[in-house]
This record gives sequence, C-alpha cells and structure tokens, in this order.
Amino acid sequence: MGSLFRSEEMTLCQLFLQSEAAYACVSELGELGLVQFRDLNPDVNVFQRKFVNEVRRCDEMERKLRYLEKEIKKDGIPMLDTGESPEAPQPREMIDLEATFEKLENELREVNQNAEALKRNFLELTELKHILRKTQVFFDETVPTVSYNTSSSTTTFKSRWRYGRRQMADNQNEDEQAQLLGEEAGMRASQPGQNLKLGFVAGVILRERLAAFERMLWRACRGNVFLRQAMIESPLEDPSNGDQVYKSVFIIFFQGDQLKTRVKKICEGFRATLYPCPEAPADRREMAMGVMTRIEDLNTVLGQTQDHRHRVLVAAAKNLKNWFVKVRKIKAIYHTLNLFNLDVTQKCLIAECWVPVLDIETIQLALRRGTERSGSSVPPILNRMQTFENPPTYNRTNKFTKAFQALIDAYGVAAYREMNPAPYTIITFPFLFAVMFGDLGHGTLMALFGLWMIRKEKGLAAQKTTNEIWNIFFGGRYIIFLMGVFSMYTGLIYNDIFSKSLNVFGSHWHVNYNRTTVLNNKHLQLNPSTADYEGEPYPFGMDPIWQVATANKIIFQNSYKMKISIILGVIHMIFGVSLSLHNHTYFKNRNALLYEFIPQLVFLVMMFFYLALLMFIKWNRYAATNAPPYSAGCAPSILITFIDMVLGNTPKTPLPGCESYMYAGQSFFQNLFRFVALCCIPVMLLGKPLKIIQQRRQANRQNLTGATSDAEVGMTNGTAGGVAGHGGGGDPHEEEELSEIAIHQGIHTIEFVLGSVSHTASYLRLWALSLAHAQLAEVLWNMVLSIGLKQEGWTGGIMLTIVFAFWAILTVGILVLMEGLSAFLHTLRLHWVEFQSKFYKGTGYAFQPFSFDQIIENGGAAAVEGAE
Amino acid sequence: MGAAFFPVLFFTAFWACVGIGVPMMTPKGPNQSLFRCIMMLTAATCWLFWLCCYMAQMNPLLGPKLNQNTIYIIAKEWGSELKDG
Repeated sequence: MGSLFRSEEMTLCQLFLQSEAAYACVSELGELGLVQFRDLNPDVNVFQRKFVNEVRRCDEMERKLRYLEKEIKKDGIPMLDTGESPEAPQPREMIDLEATFEKLENELREVNQNAEALKRNFLELTELKHILRKTQVFFDETVPTVSYNTSSSTTTFKSRWRYGRRQMADNQNEDEQAQLLGEEAGMRASQPGQNLKLGFVAGVILRERLAAFERMLWRACRGNVFLRQAMIESPLEDPSNGDQVYKSVFIIFFQGDQLKTRVKKICEGFRATLYPCPEAPADRREMAMGVMTRIEDLNTVLGQTQDHRHRVLVAAAKNLKNWFVKVRKIKAIYHTLNLFNLDVTQKCLIAECWVPVLDIETIQLALRRGTERSGSSVPPILNRMQTFENPPTYNRTNKFTKAFQALIDAYGVAAYREMNPAPYTIITFPFLFAVMFGDLGHGTLMALFGLWMIRKEKGLAAQKTTNEIWNIFFGGRYIIFLMGVFSMYTGLIYNDIFSKSLNVFGSHWHVNYNRTTVLNNKHLQLNPSTADYEGEPYPFGMDPIWQVATANKIIFQNSYKMKISIILGVIHMIFGVSLSLHNHTYFKNRNALLYEFIPQLVFLVMMFFYLALLMFIKWNRYAATNAPPYSAGCAPSILITFIDMVLGNTPKTPLPGCESYMYAGQSFFQNLFRFVALCCIPVMLLGKPLKIIQQRRQANRQNLTGATSDAEVGMTNGTAGGVAGHGGGGDPHEEEELSEIAIHQGIHTIEFVLGSVSHTASYLRLWALSLAHAQLAEVLWNMVLSIGLKQEGWTGGIMLTIVFAFWAILTVGILVLMEGLSAFLHTLRLHWVEFQSKFYKGTGYAFQPFSFDQIIENGGAAAVEGAE
Repeated sequence: MGAAFFPVLFFTAFWACVGIGVPMMTPKGPNQSLFRCIMMLTAATCWLFWLCCYMAQMNPLLGPKLNQNTIYIIAKEWGSELKDG
C-alpha cells in the first residue's frame, strides 16, 4: 500500500524497446510520469547522441514559437489557454508543425519588414509636411528681418527669437523685441541687398540634440549662420523600434557655398534629416498638397498591413499554447531517447529506469498502448534488475500532503525507505505553531484565509502567477488552514481572543470583599483557600479572571506556559526517539536498536520525562487549601529540584512545617534514575563499536577454522546478505574503519546527551513566543483600540472608525503576518532540529520521474537544462 | 478540592472518541492509515493541552490580583454584587 509513512519501494528495470515503437512508448510513459530514466551514455558528448538533430529541430521550433509569442504579446492579443494538454504528436507530424511555424514566421517577418518600410516612408513624409508648414511661418515672418548676421547682436536675437514668439504675451519680451527689431532694421538699412544671396537648408532633428547642434553650428560657422527652429508638438514614431520621439524642425540660413557644405556636414553629424524645400511659396504650397495626398495613401496601405498582421497573429494566438505543449513534449521525448543505449543490431533501444514496484503493472499497460499506437508487432520488455545502488526516494503525495512533505524535503530528502516524518508533521506542526500563536481571533483570521484559498483552489491554481510570495502562501494553503484551526483551539484554551477573554462557563473565582474594602484598596488579591475559589477549575481552558488580573496574570501564566512547553517538548522528543525504533527494526539493525535506541529512550525518560512528571505531581499535590507539608508556601521549585537531582545535591532545609521532598522515597528514586541515566551513556558510547569488533572477530575466526564447504556457505550467505542488506542500506558499514565507527559513535553520543539538555531548553521557545504574542496583542489593544473605544459622542464614532482601521491593519500586519511567520520558523526549527535529529537522516535523493506535466509546468526549462 | 468529575470525563471521552472511535470507523482506502494517524495525533495533542491547562488550575497556589475598577466591573457584569459593609 502506498502510504506516506515510508517512501515507495523502488526497483531498477531494464527496458527493451523496438526502435519504431520507442517514440510512442516513451510518450506514453511521459504522460504517466512514474519512470525515472538513467543516462546510459554518460561519456557520450551531447552533440554526438543519436537524436541530437531532432532535439535541435525542436529547439528551432520553440524559438519560432517564442518569436510568435513575443509578437502576440506586443499587440496585446489574448492567448487562448484551455489548460488541456494534447498528446505528443507522431514524429511524422513534426514536419507539418515545422512547416506551419516556418510559414507563420516568414509571413510575420515579411509583414513586419513591410510595415517598417512603410512607417519609415510615413515618417519622412510627416517630417516633410511639418517642415513645409513651419517654414512657411519662418518665411512669412523672417525674410524681411533676417539679413545680417553679426556676432553679438544675433546671439541675443537668436536666443530671444524662438518659434511661438508671437504667441507670447509677455510685456517685457515684447519690449525687447521691439528694441531688437529696431536695431536690426537700422543695420539692414545700412547694408542693403545682402539678403538676396542667402541660401538655406531645412530639416528635422531630435529635440534633445538641438541645443548641442545649435552650439556646434555657431562655433563652426563663427556665427555666420542663422538658425530658426520650431517644435513639432506631436511625437513621431521611430520605425526601427516603435518608440515615440520628439523632434524639432529647423531652418538654417547662410551665405556662400563653403558655409553650405559645412552646415550640411554638421547636419549629417547630428543625424538631422534634411529635406528639399522649394524657395518659392507657390512651389511649397504645391509640394505640401502632394505630400498630403501621399500621406493619405500611405495611411490606407499601412492600415491594411496592420490588419493583415493582426489577422495572422490572432489565428496564431488560438493555437500557440497548444503548439508549445506539443513541441515541448516532442523535445522531451527525444531528449529521453538520447539517454538510451542502442543495441548492436540497431533494432532496439535499451533503457534503464527506476520505477515504483507498485506501478509496474500500469507501466506495462502504458508500454503496450504505446506499441499498439506505433503499430509495431514486437512487445516491449520490462525486466527487473538487481542492483547495489541506492534507489531514489519517492513519496506519493496528494495536494494535501504535498506541502508537508515539502517542509521535510527542504531539510533533506529521506534515505530510501526511511521513516518519513511528514505524516506526523501534519498535526504536530500546526499544533506546536498554535501553542506559540494561540489566539482565537488571530487563529480565525488565519484559518479563514486558508479556507478561502482551499475553496477557490481551482480558480487560483489556474491563474498562474510568478508572484513568489503568493505562490508560497498558496502552496501552503492546507498548512495555513490547519495552523489557523489549531490556533483557534489553543486560543480557546488560553482563553485569549484579541487579548480579551470569553466567560462561557462563568468564572470559578468570585469577589467576596465588601464595598469598603474595595473602596480602600487599589489592588485586591483573591484567596484560593477561601470561598473566593469554587474548588474546581474552569472546565475548559484558562479561567477568564486571569485575563483581567493585570497585576499578576503574567506570573501565573509564565509558570503554566513554561511547564507545558517542557511537557510538550519532552513528549515530542520521546516520540521522535520511538520512531527511530521503526527504522532499526525495519532495517534489521539490531546493534542500533540495542545500543542506541534503548539507552537513548531510557536516558530521556529517566531524566526529562521524570521532570515532566514532577510538574504533574506538583500540580496535583500542592494546594493553597492543604495543610503545611503540601500547602502553597511549601511548594518546591521544580527547576531547583531537577538541578539538585542531576548534581546529586541534598535539597536545602525546607521552611518550618514543610518537607524537602515532594513524595516519599523521592531521594531514592532520583538517585536511581540518575544512576541509570548515567549508565546509559557508556552503553551508547561503547556498545555498538564493541559489538562490531566482536562480530568481526567471530567472522575472522570462522573464516580461518571453517572447512571449505563451510566457507562456501558463508560466502554465499555473505553475498545474499549483501544484496538483502543493500535494501536496508546498511551494508557499507562492513568496510568502515573501526576508528571511524568509534569516532562517529562518540560524536553521536555527545550530541545526544548534550542535545537532550539543550533541546529541552529549546522547547521553552514555545513559552517565550506565546508570551510575546499575547503581550503584543494586549499592548495593541490598550494603546490603540481602547483609545477609540473610550471616546464619546458622535466624534467618538468617527474616531473609533479610524482607530479601528489602524488597529485592524496592525493586527493583520504584525500579529498575524509577522508573528505568524516568526512562529512558523520556530516551529520549523523545532521539527527539523529537536524532533528529526532523533531518528531522521535525510541522506537520500528524490525520485524525479520523466513526466510531461512537470516539464510543461516548468515551461520546458527542465528539458532545456537537460539538453545543455 | 481538585478536579470535578464531569468536565474531566466529558473532555476525555470526547477526545477519546476522536482519537479512538473515529480512526476505527475510517473507511478503507489509500489514505486510511494516514487519516488514522492524523486523528489520533489530533486527539492526543488536544487532550494533553486541555489536560495541562486544567491541571494547572486545579490547585491554585495564588489567586488573581485584581484592580479596584476591575472588581467593580466584575461585580456589575458577572452578576456578583459586592457585599455591603
């Protein structure tokens, strides 16, 4: 039965596939996802394998698909994702697919090229249009004024004279303008006829280059040119990359050919595009009209091109996901076939694979299906093989157990057939978490969040996101839900809901003071030995009175929570040690059972379980109502008692009327327990090495004295034992050096003995975090929410709303999320270190079956990785 | 002094049901043993947690120390009027 307690039994199989049927068979196995193939040609270079060509073709197809995908995403066309996974196509269909993709890609590339050319054309025309329009303004305005360029005056002139100047209503500028014009006019008058020989060029330049361009012109031509520019308000599209760029129109006036060549060179250097611009206004108008009509024509053509592209892409988008799946499957199959060995006759392929023993039947069926599909007559052969290798660890999980198994695997994958802590973790993990997180309110929030994710599971799983944090939450939805539910239970026991308590059964403490006493005392303590206490505890959880006993609540709760931490911790550790028994019996490791498990268990029980027992004894024996030897004042400190026991001290003389021991014969029992526990240490330390020495000596003696027949029997026994022992994974010990064994055992023993002390102390984190959580919740209530609750009138209502929002945010953000995370990490540590160190090795390697689902989920990354 | 009969019996019986009764009635299936393990551990942990809390309060060595205001509120809300005098 495949259960989670141990990993599946695995076997190495040899698989003979007929060459024609191999593809179909591997395809079926990929759908099944239960077979891990081994690489049979590790020495062969990836480029020299048999199906390299096919893998390469698949790569090429994938590249084309990625190109299509990119184009589709660029246009924002939705891709149809039905979530279904089509079967891997036949090898001959590959050619069709290739042809389809080739055609699509070519078509798309052609369309893109055309579109780019058209766009470039369009850009040029638009720029020309702008030039004609803007220069018209320049000519209208500036021809009469621009005549003479001298250095100083034109600098100011130029910097003032920008396009849009006319629109400026600024008075000051207006004045300067007038002044400058006057100056200019004067100059023109003195040198008539100069403007007749002016040449000019017009063009378009990127706006950010303009300043540098202007400066360059000025310097290179020593101020003998005049530049006017105007911004093109609307952005233009750069055809090469589709970016929107801002450009400016400029026109440069100059005199003479030398300047002309210089100006042209500068324009070239600044990547300005120059356009012919006729001088005569009539020509310009005509040209502008021609340009307009051409732009219109171009627009229609461009529109048609875009439509065509869109149609092609929409058609491709429908099938794209499907194609991806198909191509990835083909690639994965060929990649797997590359791992196979070709037999001498080239008629059949030989594969080696790990399979779960339970699934051999299903695999056989799948192979038969594959053979039928390929129309081959020779059935494939699946042979079980004997091996000395360690099989992989395969834990069959479902959606519920998967997350818990992941927690364990994060520490280390279990050795083959080792006890798997995951099934126990399903409960102990949320429980220990809840001991730290115990609060009914916060637990409810957490459980509801988990429940919501579980209810919406399918929808949420379908929308795959790359948001890592969300994926972690979603992957751990069952853990979160269980943690929430257990926190609700522990919250009920702690009687703590957002730091307040519920009084369901009626407190078992009563105030019997009279009015005057209450009036005269700020604090009053109830006396458990009087009628203040009913004599029986609150039936379920903590009495609500403690939550309101602000003066000594912490004293009482600390003592309670520290005790339960130790009790739970000791039980948890003993549970861990007991699980190691199952490992020892399963692997028939008698030595470990006798010299490790038993002394470890005895040591833990004698020392630490006794400590837990003392706590129960104290709870039971000592009461405020009892007469002196067991009265409240006589109650001993458990910690001191335990330290005295370990050190062998005699307890201090008790208070008058009290006794130094909690029960009769305590001194004797404690001495006995200490003695037994101490005796366990040498057993743990020396037992196993000595036993091994003895066994080896015996084996040697047998070998020396044994007759030939005996020796043969011994030999065969030995090999048989070796094979059987291999399943247990214990045999390599045979060759291990004795000194090494002794050192390992020494380390192991020291680790266990010291560890049991430190681990027990480590469980006190249960108390510490629980205390911190309760205190934080209380502080948050007192410092935030109670402010809102104490306000009066309608303003109080508004105030409360705001304060509540603040309180709610802090509750969720700090108490549920951050405290939850911290408690989670501490719980994880308690499981990994304190619990698993008692029995878990985690030295195995995980079973990684060849599975299409896995490959497609990883977006083909696994296959690509393998191909490299 | 000490434990009351009814609550101890009730909660012990309840968790015994969860921990022993439910696993016995689990239907056969691939997850039967896992489900049993879960139920038994749940019952064991929850019962132990309840028991510890119960026993810690069974014989209190000290009583709660209450604030003056708290006493008035308790007297009002939990219905135990303060005695005159």
